[in-house]
Formats: sequence, structure tokens, C-alpha cells
Amino acid sequence: MNDRGFVNALGAELLAMAETFGRFAFLTRSVVAWLYRAPIEWRQVLIQMSRIGVESLPVTTMTTFFTGMVLALQTGASSKHFFNEPLFVGTVVSFAMVMELSPVMTSLVVAGRAGAAIAAELGTMKVTEQIDALYTLGTDPVRYLIIPRLLAFFFVLPVLVIVSDFSGTFGGWVVSYVKLQIPTSVYLDDIFNNMEIRHFMHGFIKSFVFSVVISLICCFKGITTTGGAEGVGKSTTAAVVLSMVSVLIMDYFVTAILSALGIT
Amino acid sequence: MIDIVGVKKSYPGRPVLRGIDLTVMSGETLAIIGGSGCGKSTLLKCVIGLVRPDAGAIVVDGMDIARLTNEADVARYRRRFGYLFQEGALFDSMSIWENVTFGLRYLTDIAPGRYRQIARDKLALVGLKDIEDLRPSELSGGMKKRVALARAIAAEPSYILYDEPTTGLDPIMSDVINDLILDLQKALKTTAIVVTHDMKSAYKVSSRMAMIHEGRVLAVAHPEVMKISNDPYVRQFIDGLSHGPIKMKLKEFEPELAADNGAAAGGAR
Ligand SMILES: Nc1ncnc2c1ncn2[C@@H]1O[C@H](COP(=O)(O)OP(=O)(O)OP(=O)(O)O)[C@@H](O)[C@H]1O
Ligand SMILES: [Mg+2]
Repeated sequence: MNDRGFVNALGAELLAMAETFGRFAFLTRSVVAWLYRAPIEWRQVLIQMSRIGVESLPVTTMTTFFTGMVLALQTGASSKHFFNEPLFVGTVVSFAMVMELSPVMTSLVVAGRAGAAIAAELGTMKVTEQIDALYTLGTDPVRYLIIPRLLAFFFVLPVLVIVSDFSGTFGGWVVSYVKLQIPTSVYLDDIFNNMEIRHFMHGFIKSFVFSVVISLICCFKGITTTGGAEGVGKSTTAAVVLSMVSVLIMDYFVTAILSALGIT
Repeated sequence: MIDIVGVKKSYPGRPVLRGIDLTVMSGETLAIIGGSGCGKSTLLKCVIGLVRPDAGAIVVDGMDIARLTNEADVARYRRRFGYLFQEGALFDSMSIWENVTFGLRYLTDIAPGRYRQIARDKLALVGLKDIEDLRPSELSGGMKKRVALARAIAAEPSYILYDEPTTGLDPIMSDVINDLILDLQKALKTTAIVVTHDMKSAYKVSSRMAMIHEGRVLAVAHPEVMKISNDPYVRQFIDGLSHGPIKMKLKEFEPELAADNGAAAGGAR
């Protein structure tokens, strides 16, 4: 490729990126507008909520349970190394889970599970003209498809995160009790002597932010699919990767903001 | 009345519509014929506003779709139309009766309690029964097409755009659908555009026919006049002849095809 070719290709790439951002902004605006303009399709919201919840719950619980277990194991091992006995295992596990790992891990798993499903479903609807059909039948894909999914994520993800808080802490207890021989009362005291409501809120608030990030990105990738079955595959993969990366990046900024606000 | 003036549309690297002028009078059925890929579906989509033309205007009852800027106005514009998609575009997450009555919620104030009965009636019109609770994936191609037709007419719109209503149907069912289109036009005074490759259907349902060739309207005439047209392009098309002034795309590849055949023959030897 000669210089001109490279510059042209780069320019085209940048233009395409700018266009994508523009369309994403339009979608966001349209979502906000429709939230005010028309009644919400609650039936669809409920359908999506049960779908997302049922699809994701087993995987998120399992994932965070093992995360809690490994946290306990690592904490126990290092504090044994320094202090000759496992100290503050409950504190470390519960703080790490509630503030950071449970919202992030749950969101990543949900992005891979429910987010991918949404992108694939909307993508298929796009390439088979079902989205166009919605327009001809008097409704709008933002109102009928996207808002219900967004709300469903918004309500379900925080619930999944709370379940994960418990399953992670429970996983930590299993290892502490069985492997590290820490009495249950000590494990619980380690948690409740230190944990405050703001620590819980820290992770809880994050989960709302992540729910919006994942659902907006996956819906956007879905309804902008082109190019048949191959296109659906591409946009689904892109949706998952982009939403996972965005969750991790957003995590830093949300943490920074929450810390500045003292919710930490 | 649908007034299409100088509509142009290109897809990247390929002009499709190069200036279409057509008028569809109220209560009339216009049949559009033309070669595969000449832009008939694209034109219908321009009319209902799913595709935005690059140039030209489409005015329906005094409303110019290109000038409607807010979504509510566009929605109001689209409400007048029923649209039969070429590929059906049924919602595969819904049952057949939910598909047929989907638009009623947004387009009419009919009580939801009556939807099932309405679905049954509309399906009967297109010759289908006892399939209300199936899913689109459980139907044959022709059945899907007819369900899509039932969905397009369910809200009794004043304009209906049919994209190949009889493609994929047997001759008898095609005629049933032709009669249905005529009945709708008589009973509800609908204004319709029918895109079709089925000459028999075009002659039967239309009050005028338009032929599109290379992105322009080649001829518009009453079906009886079209039948006896002397225009060599129109003649070739309606008689379905492979030889004539319309060069099918195939021709351009012929040297390559011949070369390929030669190579294949060489390989086989
Ligand atoms: N979304 C699109 N992107 C790029 N090109 C397109 C798109 N849709 C249609 N085209 C092109 O526009 C041309 C017209 O397509 P259209 O579907 O309108 O044809 P048609 O007249 O309905 O054909 P048929 O009779 O086979 O249905 C085709 O050459 C097609 O390749
Ligand atoms: Mg077509």
C-alpha cells in the first residue's frame, strides 16, 4: 500500500468511527425521547427480565461462588505466610466481592450471556426486515424492542449482583470453614464489624451503570447489523467484546467518581 | 394519491433508481413490473419511508415524507400504509395470530379481546385456517407470504404496498390473492401499488401498469394497452423472452462462463 492509500484507509476508518459514534448518540437520544413520549411496554419488560434473569443467574452465581472461594484461599495463604494464621479472610472476601468483583464479574458474564443473545436476536430481526416491519405496523424499534431490554437489564443486573454478593461471600466461607478452619463466627465478625452500607452501595450503584452500558451497546450493535447471517455473527461478537471492555473501563471512572463522593 | 417525482436512489457504487416519476390516483391499483434487481422493492421502501431517496419527492395526500423531520409525523405518515414485505418479515418470536394482529394495537382502537377473532378472519381471507397458534418457522414459504399479507391488511389501511403478493404461491392460490386485492380495492377503496413478476396477476388486479427499466419508468399504460404494446422492451418483458433489447446480466459474463466451461471440460477430460 502506498502512502495515499494508507492515509485514505485511515481517513475512511476514522470517518466510519465518527459515524458510529454519531449513530450511537442518536440512539441514546431516541431512547430518552421515547421514555417520555410513549407508555412503556411493561409486558415486554417482564418477558425480557425473566429471560435475562433465568439465562444468567446460574452462570453468575457459579462464577462468583468460585471467585469467593479463590479469594479466601489466596487471602488465607498469604496471611498465613505473614502472620502464621489466616486473618481477616471474611473482610477481604466480602469487601472485594461487594465493592468490585461481584458487579464486574456479574456484568461480564451477563454481557457474554444475555448481551450476546440480545445482539444476535436484534441483528437477525434487522437482516430479515423484521425491524422495518415494526415501523410499517405503527411502532418503533426503540420503543418496542430497545427500551424494554434496557429496563430489563436495569432492573435485573443489580439483583443478580446482590445474589453474587452473597454467593461470593458464601464461597469464601466454604473455603474458610473447610480448608482454613476458621470458625463461622469469626468469618462473620470479620465481615460485619467492618462492612457498612456505603460499601454495599458502591458496588450496587456500579451495577446500574454497567447495566446501561451493556444493554445500550448490545442493542446498538444488534439494530445496526448489516450483511446477513455473517453480519449477525460479526455484530454479536463485536457487541460482547465492546461491552466487556466498556464495563472494565467504566469501572475505573465510576470508582473514581464514587470515591470522590465518599461512597467507598 | 401518491405522487412520486424524480426519485433517485443509489447504493454505494450502484445507481438503482435514476429518476422515477409516477402518480397513483386514489382508489387505483398500480402494478409495477420490471427485471429482477431493477429497484422495485427499493421504490416501495422509498414510498413508505424505510429508504430515503437521494433526490426527488414523494407526496402522499399532500405530505412530503422527505420533509417530515420529527418521528411522530413520520409515524403518522406511515400509519396510512400496509406493507407486504417481499420476504414476509414475520416476527419469529410471536405466534401467527399475534403477528397478524400486531399492528392493531398501534394503528387502531380495537379492543385486544377481539384480536384472535380478527386474526382468524384475516387468515381466512388468505385461505389459511387452524394455524393461529403456530410459529412462522413452522410454515411453508407460501403460507408465510399469506400470513404476511394478512398482517399487512389487518388494520385496513388506506394505502397498501404489495411486494410480490403471489410469488411462491400455486396458480389457484395466486388467483385467490388476486381476488382479495380486488375486493379490498372495491370494498375499502384502497389505493395500492403491486410489485409483481406475475403477468396474469398484474393484468387482473391493476388499473394501470408501469414498467421500470434501468432505473426509469419505461412505460405506463392500462393493462389491455400494455398487452398489445409495440415497445420492444415491454414486449420482451411481458412475453418473457430471453432474446431482445433487454440484455440480462448473464450476457456480460458470457465470455467468462464460456472460459469456465472450457476449463471444466478440460479438467473432466
Ligand atoms: N441495502 C442494500 N445495500 C446495497 N444494495 C442494495 C440494498 N438493497 C438493494 N440493493 C441493490 O439495489 C438493487 C435493487 O434492489 P431491489 O430489491 O429494489 O430490486 P427488485 O426490483 O425488488 O428485485 P426483485 O424483483 O428481485 O425483488 C439491487 O441491485 C440490489 O443489489
Ligand atoms: Mg424486490
